[in-house]
Amino acid sequence: MSDLAFAAPPTGAATFLRRALRNRSFVTGLAITALVALVALVSFFWTPYDITHLPVAERMKPPSASNLFGTDHFGRDIFSMIMIGSRNSIAVALIAVGIGMGIGVPLGCAAAARGGWLDEAVMRFNDIVFAFPALLSAIMITAIFGPGAVNAIIAIGIFNIPVFARVARAGALALWPREFIMAARVAGKGAARITVEHILPNIVSLLLVQGTIQFALGILAEAGLSYVGLGAQPPMPSWGRMLFDAQTRMMVAPHLALFPGFAIVITVLGLNLLGDGLRDLLDPRLNRER
Amino acid sequence: MTRYALNRLLVGLATLLVASVIVFSVMEILPGDPARLMLGINATEDAVVALRQQMGLDQPVVLRYLHWIGGMVVGDLGRSYTYSVPVLELVAERAAVSLPLAILSLLLLTVVAIPVGIFAAARRGSAADAATMAVSQIGVAIPNFWFALLLVYLFAVWLRLVPAGGFPGWSAGPWPGLKALLLPAVALALPQAAILSRVTRSAMIDVLGEDYIRTARAKGLPRAQVLWRHALRNALIPVLTILGLQFAYLIAGTIIIENVFYLPGLGRLIFQAITQRDLIVVESVVMLLVASVIIVNLIVDLSYAIVDPRLRAA
Amino acid sequence: MNIVKTIMAATALASLVAWGAPAFAARDTLTLGVVLEPPHLDPTAGAAAAIDEVVYANVFEGLTRIGPSGEVLPALAASWDISEDGKVYTFHLRANVKFHDGTGFDADDVKFSLDRARADDSVNAQKGLFAQIDTVEVVDPATVKVTLKQPQGSFLYNMGWGDAVIVAPESAETNKDKPVGTGPFRFDNWAKGSSITIVRNDDYWGDKVALAKAEFRIIPDAAAAIPALLSGDVQCFPFMPVGDALAQIEADPRFTVVIGATEGETILSTNNKKPPFDNLKVRQAIAHALNREEIIAGNGSGLGTPIGTHFSPGNEAYVDLTGTYPYDPEKAKALLAAAGFPNGFKATLKLPPPAYARDGGQVVASQLRAVGIELELIPVEWADWLEQVFKNKDYDLTIVSHTEPNDIGIYARKDYYFNYDNPDFDKVMADLDATSDQAKRNELYGQAQRIIAEDAVNGYMFQLAKVGVWDAKLEGMWHNAPVQANDLTKVRWTE
Repeated sequence: MSDLAFAAPPTGAATFLRRALRNRSFVTGLAITALVALVALVSFFWTPYDITHLPVAERMKPPSASNLFGTDHFGRDIFSMIMIGSRNSIAVALIAVGIGMGIGVPLGCAAAARGGWLDEAVMRFNDIVFAFPALLSAIMITAIFGPGAVNAIIAIGIFNIPVFARVARAGALALWPREFIMAARVAGKGAARITVEHILPNIVSLLLVQGTIQFALGILAEAGLSYVGLGAQPPMPSWGRMLFDAQTRMMVAPHLALFPGFAIVITVLGLNLLGDGLRDLLDPRLNRER
Repeated sequence: MTRYALNRLLVGLATLLVASVIVFSVMEILPGDPARLMLGINATEDAVVALRQQMGLDQPVVLRYLHWIGGMVVGDLGRSYTYSVPVLELVAERAAVSLPLAILSLLLLTVVAIPVGIFAAARRGSAADAATMAVSQIGVAIPNFWFALLLVYLFAVWLRLVPAGGFPGWSAGPWPGLKALLLPAVALALPQAAILSRVTRSAMIDVLGEDYIRTARAKGLPRAQVLWRHALRNALIPVLTILGLQFAYLIAGTIIIENVFYLPGLGRLIFQAITQRDLIVVESVVMLLVASVIIVNLIVDLSYAIVDPRLRAA
Repeated sequence: MNIVKTIMAATALASLVAWGAPAFAARDTLTLGVVLEPPHLDPTAGAAAAIDEVVYANVFEGLTRIGPSGEVLPALAASWDISEDGKVYTFHLRANVKFHDGTGFDADDVKFSLDRARADDSVNAQKGLFAQIDTVEVVDPATVKVTLKQPQGSFLYNMGWGDAVIVAPESAETNKDKPVGTGPFRFDNWAKGSSITIVRNDDYWGDKVALAKAEFRIIPDAAAAIPALLSGDVQCFPFMPVGDALAQIEADPRFTVVIGATEGETILSTNNKKPPFDNLKVRQAIAHALNREEIIAGNGSGLGTPIGTHFSPGNEAYVDLTGTYPYDPEKAKALLAAAGFPNGFKATLKLPPPAYARDGGQVVASQLRAVGIELELIPVEWADWLEQVFKNKDYDLTIVSHTEPNDIGIYARKDYYFNYDNPDFDKVMADLDATSDQAKRNELYGQAQRIIAEDAVNGYMFQLAKVGVWDAKLEGMWHNAPVQANDLTKVRWTE
């Protein structure tokens, strides 16, 4: 869309850092994202309670000093569940972004480099994939392979492909007529080599910004899929699944629905802020404006 | 313009065709035998074989695809295995819930987001702008189904203004039906409205910075007139693009939201059909949803031509 | 915090109550909530309990019928004689019976229905019910003689199943969409995905029913069921998915809550031929590792009766065998060690969609983990469950509720998915078939229960509870569920 601008030529790491620290979105976003990542890391070594043990007698206790967020319908500690659930959210969204980038960026770059029928084919492919919302693909994949976190990854990943293909194509198309590319062509470099050596480094910032946004969207999508039972399966804790379990019990124990929801909102908010901040920092045109 | 329109139309049709092949082949490799499922756990083998024959499951794949797609063109979607009624009948019944829901939320979405975006753009930099953007930033991060759960708790359980779920059917009159769709529509629309209002705002800011707008203001045209007549028209292209994309989200969203509110719409039909291995229903509903996304995108493409004079000339 | 919670819950409840029930001019209509939508409405062509829940005893009738306590009652057959050798049943049919489409009912319809059900191309899901029938003869329009290949003690009971109802040749093919039976209610309308309506049959041969109209509304789970009940939209849930809200509803004087028994033995089905489950010690270890109280509590409402064998506690032949292998994790570990698994082993647990399986499975997995058995949970849809587990026996463990009444005989079936084979048990079953004396039958049932309990064929967990909730002014609903049915013939409003 309107973000077809490129990283300013490096003006020194120190200046960049100074600008970054002045950017409120970036700082807040980075802080939240780092916190979520930290929680996920810590959960590998420590959680307040062992969630593989189900103390059924302690079920649905409201928040207290011993269970900060209360307990769920099996008596498990919700705080520990959310800690471990963050791993699933992050892993699914991250791998899905990887799939999208890994397939979408080469497609987009090739379309821009070759043009002609290849460009047309890539664009038509985009149209078709765009016609399948992630949820519909997930439904179809699940219908074949049964539910599971892997399906969520594939479904969201497929959805990411055209997004990255478009961004990469638009970025590359804008670069091809530029002088330094012309120079490289005159020097006899092939399209593939030019793409790797000159195009890619110059669209990395675009891809980074888009990647952050898709990461956030991936977390939302994963939560939605788990909520309708198409994502992560028990006993693996996932935020969406926790909300599903909470739904029928909300009248009795609203805390079951509150905390997993907060976890999703905070994580997505952090990533979105980070994405906005990155865009501001990496986009020279917007820099002047704001 | 006609050439542009024709081109888009052809592309749309081709997309539909490829999508139909994808949907059909995916459903073909589904495991599980619908005949056995229908007869249950104590059924004998010959009973299952008899039912398979009765359902036409023993015909070759290509024949079944052609039959399916050919029927679809003339409006015959086949018969549901599990309900043994025409799929069209089933789908029409459910679409009478899903379609109004999608339209209602699309309406809500536009009515809320565009004015808010314009308002924020017009008062750019003010405290009101900052507050609106902060709220929308959070709105973007809220999963619609969680928002729905909170709404149910607040408005249905606590304030008892609307029903907590279920659908009385249109036979009870338009008002009870609309009332049942109101909360789901809000839950669907608001998170999307947060996105659209941000897009509207930045599009407006871009346009307001253009020279002709400054000229118009300098000529002494009223601020409101400049904003609504001149600026908005030119900001519409990015807004329309996003709105088109958002329709796909709304379609997918209805499937999830119907589960929160127990609405007997297409979303619930598709889940039900999957668990019952009613392939023909799954195929038809997925195809229908995909087709509606393609058609809406086509409409968006065509409306560019109306909004953008440059394309009109082309 | 607890006080706050109570107040919140009370507010929630009060607010829902205030929605107000729609006014009933004359109270002769009833809206019931059912969990599952039937795939179609022909009980002779599908196993789905959801079919019987609408049409059994209401729309369709058989020669006999099962009463509220599981007893066999006369229905279209007013009486019957059994020959000395127990092989010939002569049914005397009722007069003046008409199908809903106006066609008359006589012995030909009975012969047609029974022959159709046991034919080679029959799609009847319970063909086994008719397997012992040798011939069906029409003696005169009001008399039918059924000859069996060998005596079968449960024959009259079998004829009371929904799968054995009598249909007319004129309407048999269209019963899926437009069921035509002889019952006190006629089918009226089916709004797919939302509700099924039946209305009073004024030409009924027996006592007319009190309800003029009954609507079965499909409401799949607790989150939707509770508001529907509290708002008065639905006045009766014969089998309510109540979850954790039971206490709230019980405290509300407007409702009657009846916790009844079902035929649903909820068990940890075990593949008895697949190592290591072919080892009795391993199965005993699993039995000792299961804590039934916790499993029941983890299932939501905390309802359910612990069972130690495959038999309904509501049945008079039931023997309480929960003490055969009591909860004892240490003993379980010792047995595993003795079986050659001192460090336990890994296995899979396939879970079909109902909450008792998906939620119960997590509790079971956590209990087995405590003794060293690591279970991988695999959620499966019913279609996959039928294909993988039931048909191909490709599973280690699974959780399922066996809701067919009196179905202990499945342990004698060689191709059944338990893969269980014990000649002693088969002999008891054969004796049962040849016995019609009730006391002797109960004795044999007891023996059968003991054999499978001691063999620890499956992990016996609990009997599903039937949580019936209905308006306090409603009477005549069944309290237990000896068959999956919502018999509305005696239901009436008391005001």
